[in-house]
Amino acid sequence: MAVVTLTIDGKPVSARAGESVLAAAAEAGIRIPTLCHLDGVSEAAACRLCLVQVEGRGRLQAACVTAAAEGMVVRTQTDTLREYRKMILELLFAEGNHVCAVCVANGNCELQAAAADLGMDHVRYPYLNPVRPVDVSHAQYAVDHNRCILCTRCVRTCDEIEGAHTWDVAGRGTLSHLIADMGQPWGESATCTSCGKCVQSCPTGALFRQGSTVAEMTKDREKLGDLVLARREKKWTV
Amino acid sequence: MPATLPADKRLKILDAAIRKQQNRPDALIAVLHKAQELFGFLDTPVLWHVARALRLPPSRVYGTATFYHLFSLKPRGEHSCVVCMGTACFVKGAQKLVDAVGDLGGITAGQTTPDGKVSLLVARCLGACGIAPAVVLDGTTVGTITPDQLTARVKEWTHGS
Amino acid sequence: MDHDELLRIADAERAKAKPNEIRCCTSSGCRASGSADVLKQLKASVAANGLNDTLTAVGVGCPGLCSAGPVVMSHPDGGMFGKVTAEQAKGIVAALSGGATDAQRIDPNQPFFRKQFRVVRATAGQIDPERIESYIAVGGYEGLYQALQKRPDEIVTDVTASGLRGRGGAGYPTGLKWATVEKMPPGQKYVICNGDEGDPGAFMDRSVMEDAPHQVLEGMAIAAYAVGANQGFIYVRAEYPLAIERLQAAITQATKAGLLGANIFQTPFEFKVEIRIGAGAFVCGEETALIASVQGLRGTPRPRPPYPAESGLWDRPTLINNVETFATIPAISRNGAAWFAAIGTDRSKGTKIFSLTGKVKNAGLVEVPMGTTLRAVVEELGGGTADGKAVKAVQTGGPSGGCIPASLLDTPIDYESLGKIGSIMGSGGMIVMDDTDRMPEVARFFMEFCADESCGKCVPCRVGTVQLHGLLTKLVERKATRHDLDTLVELCQLVRDTSLCGLGQSAPNPVLSTIRYFAAEYEALLQPEEFARPPRASVIPLSVV
Repeated sequence: MAVVTLTIDGKPVSARAGESVLAAAAEAGIRIPTLCHLDGVSEAAACRLCLVQVEGRGRLQAACVTAAAEGMVVRTQTDTLREYRKMILELLFAEGNHVCAVCVANGNCELQAAAADLGMDHVRYPYLNPVRPVDVSHAQYAVDHNRCILCTRCVRTCDEIEGAHTWDVAGRGTLSHLIADMGQPWGESATCTSCGKCVQSCPTGALFRQGSTVAEMTKDREKLGDLVLARREKKWTV
Repeated sequence: MPATLPADKRLKILDAAIRKQQNRPDALIAVLHKAQELFGFLDTPVLWHVARALRLPPSRVYGTATFYHLFSLKPRGEHSCVVCMGTACFVKGAQKLVDAVGDLGGITAGQTTPDGKVSLLVARCLGACGIAPAVVLDGTTVGTITPDQLTARVKEWTHGS
Repeated sequence: MDHDELLRIADAERAKAKPNEIRCCTSSGCRASGSADVLKQLKASVAANGLNDTLTAVGVGCPGLCSAGPVVMSHPDGGMFGKVTAEQAKGIVAALSGGATDAQRIDPNQPFFRKQFRVVRATAGQIDPERIESYIAVGGYEGLYQALQKRPDEIVTDVTASGLRGRGGAGYPTGLKWATVEKMPPGQKYVICNGDEGDPGAFMDRSVMEDAPHQVLEGMAIAAYAVGANQGFIYVRAEYPLAIERLQAAITQATKAGLLGANIFQTPFEFKVEIRIGAGAFVCGEETALIASVQGLRGTPRPRPPYPAESGLWDRPTLINNVETFATIPAISRNGAAWFAAIGTDRSKGTKIFSLTGKVKNAGLVEVPMGTTLRAVVEELGGGTADGKAVKAVQTGGPSGGCIPASLLDTPIDYESLGKIGSIMGSGGMIVMDDTDRMPEVARFFMEFCADESCGKCVPCRVGTVQLHGLLTKLVERKATRHDLDTLVELCQLVRDTSLCGLGQSAPNPVLSTIRYFAAEYEALLQPEEFARPPRASVIPLSVV
């Protein structure tokens, strides 16, 4: 297998040819923040948190879809990048209705963790306060659209791992929203297998198990990646 | 559960159009155009029908139908007044046209009058910039129109017939 | 179809032509002003006066001066009439044999016509767009024939040598794009013509599709042969019904004539074309979103690389060019790369069509060599503003472009010069503004457009454009402080630098360019700082921070 060597934040890093900068960095212990990447499913490159500077390229590059290449020099922690990441998070907090204090995922939320890591302690933009519903029609699970950041992990998980394609995104722009089937209550979906993988994939408290109360909803996202690997190899290695 | 459609002549025409496209999933947008032309708007049973015919997940059909501005999931008015809001029309006062029709019918852009007579819509440039401001009244483009001329035309719809 | 037959069709068509023609524009602009009735009356008058042997009344493509529509022209004497009514048709026919007419005459020698240099629109206003014979009679499909006498890589070399750059906006070298697709391993490849002209204020591509649908097909066929594709798609926005109708008719005619399909000009080359109709989404002008839409999906862009040239439609190598780019190809094939490269400037070759609109006197379509100054286009061809007011700014490039102040009107029109002053060539919209147009309002107009047209996939574009629109509204309503203006600029930079596709990346351009050139207008709207500072609320529980 071809191996390439690149430099990330001054540190020499080796990567498999074709591997993403995000994965190469992770293996070398360098964490690049991301919300839409999920091991085991395709990339959306939508959250833009993993943007990095690559020497010789004019535009910032999303680490999740940038292939590691020989001699590449990557910087993941410049002042501009840190500021941009903070602003992107602020935009997300201003867009939905994220109230950690009453959220099932409090303490186990990737959005919250990213905000804490990046030192985002206030939001500079006016809150848009959209009116968004909570759908508790499903017997086991629920979706609170107020907490959805449209990362589409659930859409990709449902399509690519479970193969049901119950979820998709409807509308466009800031009116985009998650839908089940024909935009009907989740509990009435004809395609949902109730497997719960989408719930595990969700980075926030948008998808959760019914009956969970504040800070109770823990998620096991690694399991999804393991599942994909096991299917590909036709065996569980772990 | 998916709703079913009553057997209908329009449905037969739609099915013929779908067959002509060999039920190919990539024909979704063309099929949705046809369905809207036949039924006036895209009702949920129609979308289910299309999803099954093209073997597409329902959420993909719904997601696509709601992505494009020209598809409507709600019934439209008997008459339509589409005001172009392209740049050329904007600098030639298209907003005044929207406001004039809106005030007349007590509606805002994207809405239909309560009596179901008139839908007021805005378009993102009709490419008729040389004759800005332009409107499309029931499918016919009219250029260099004033708010008074436009409201007179719309009044013909509401008072006439 | 072989070459002799092509020449026979051309000869027959020319032989059929009457000594005199009376031509009436039947494109969208004039149609909206009632040209269909005018043409009907012209035909009736010709017949009624027993002139059928010497005179024909025909519908033709757009001569360009849309603001004077419906436009009627007499050939070969070069007479031209504007704002013609159906009642005036009889008089115009009579005028040809010395009678009187009260129809308003247009000077065909005015700068608007005289200063144009037509390559892409060479036949507009002269041929009937609805008949393939009419196109063949003026040399149509000759470029395809000549291309087929060469090797594909020779054509790619020619296009590279011509210096043609993409007319869709970004100006990527066309030859380089073709070469990438051509060099991909043989197998299924596609050619897509991007006819999703979404920039508000731009209608060049609409006119090319309406006036010369066969020219677009011919360009696509040459491209397909050059890159090794056998299937083409034309993606047209649904707002252009006449363009769709004429392209469909042209495809049917060309297929029947053997100019599309198998064994074109008795070579093994095979090429089919299908039309795909949009459904109202500006973002579908972005090539990866367009590909998604052709596949029947939501028109959301995906990150590049891989570029469509390597992996596009159904993951196959795909050549995507804009309408005007394809329509330029037949002339390059007929006249040679050197001929084309001699037109224009050092780095921007050939001509460009602009749709000149807004507060300009002569609104319509103009085709000029690259390097022509903005001033020449606006003041000489356009005739300045309609009411003689001073030109304040010219907006180019639509929602991705910028507002160029009157002080910079001497800038030559080429990709680099426009980029340097904070705008872009874009697809060719050129909107003239006067001192009644307020720049912050113009900026807000474009931001509303972008927020509305954002696909919603990436965060900076989906939410950033909405916040930018909010800030601009606050500003226009005189509720913003200097702090808000700073936030506006910071957010513009974020959206520009971090968005996934061109829509978001260029959405801040109208704001940044108007702040750059019309800062005083923004300053004048600001309120003192003590008025409303934005609320700052903590959202993270203290225990976590």
